[in-house]
Amino acid sequence: MKTTQQRFGRIEARVPLSDTELKLIGAIQGGLPLVARPYAQLAEQLGMTEIAVIEHLMRLQASGVVKRMGLVVRHRELGYGANAMVVWDVPDAEVSELGRCLSGFEFVTLCYRRPRQGAEWPYNLFCMIHGQDRETVRGMVRQLVQCCGLEDIPHTLLFSGRRFKQRGARYQNAAVREESVSS
Amino acid sequence: MSAASARPVGSSALDELDRRIINRLQDGFPISESPYAEVAAELATDESTLLKHIDALLEQGVLSRFGPMYHAEVLGGGLTLAAMCIAPDDFARVAEQVNAFPEVAHNYERDHELNMWFVLATETPARITKVIREIERITGYPVYNMPKKEEFFVGLKFKV
Repeated sequence: MKTTQQRFGRIEARVPLSDTELKLIGAIQGGLPLVARPYAQLAEQLGMTEIAVIEHLMRLQASGVVKRMGLVVRHRELGYGANAMVVWDVPDAEVSELGRCLSGFEFVTLCYRRPRQGAEWPYNLFCMIHGQDRETVRGMVRQLVQCCGLEDIPHTLLFSGRRFKQRGARYQNAAVREESVSS
Repeated sequence: MSAASARPVGSSALDELDRRIINRLQDGFPISESPYAEVAAELATDESTLLKHIDALLEQGVLSRFGPMYHAEVLGGGLTLAAMCIAPDDFARVAEQVNAFPEVAHNYERDHELNMWFVLATETPARITKVIREIERITGYPVYNMPKKEEFFVGLKFKV
């Protein structure tokens, strides 16, 4: 399935969108209406039929424009007090394999390959771990090292301090909420 | 794989149904005529109770958003992770300047020499470079640009 490949693969190409789809994306930017027939309410707002809204959204989801429908939690409010970005300096040929190993753990909430920044920043594999406290998170990292065979791979933990800003980015009248990197 | 994910302490204010709603909705939401009724049935509750609970969770700030999550790159936008190394006594000024950019989606202080980490989301990929140059000009500090090259899928899960 296309969707599965997109989830695992490299960054996909841009999907061209119709005016109707852009309007629809704009209309849901604040979130899905909390009413019994949310897609009917959007349809009415946009002068479309409910079934057309449903079909457009299904297509947007199948093409990867909509990653998923659902919710975004504020992890700190849920009691996940410690969040660490764990970065690894992995030989280029092994990044994909190790990335897949790390991302298989339930407590790893994001996992990306990113470019190194010269000698100052040699790390090329990033993952995020959320836990109740720092000791728990350190234990999880030890588990990753052991289970993925990372004993010889240099790594470092960057715990987060103050959160200055957390919001969905705005994009073409739409809320882009990449559950990304430092959330 | 098993995780050392005991129930977080701060989630004690949530009732049993809240927990089930949060865990269930991180898996996605139906695109159908009566999606809330469908999910309510799965959770052994009714539609109006489910709606009230989601509304309250948003109101309390436990959830920051309920709806579609867009994929910035597929939508044609630019997205990157950027970092800066800021002198401690200069941190507040730079944080304020960086956060003033509407393209900065979130910004965290981290305990490393590179101590400021933020996400940039722009309408086009080309805008990323321009915004970074502008941030460097205004703050007087270099910005390290670390766009993702490959994504490894994780089940996004905050178990409560």
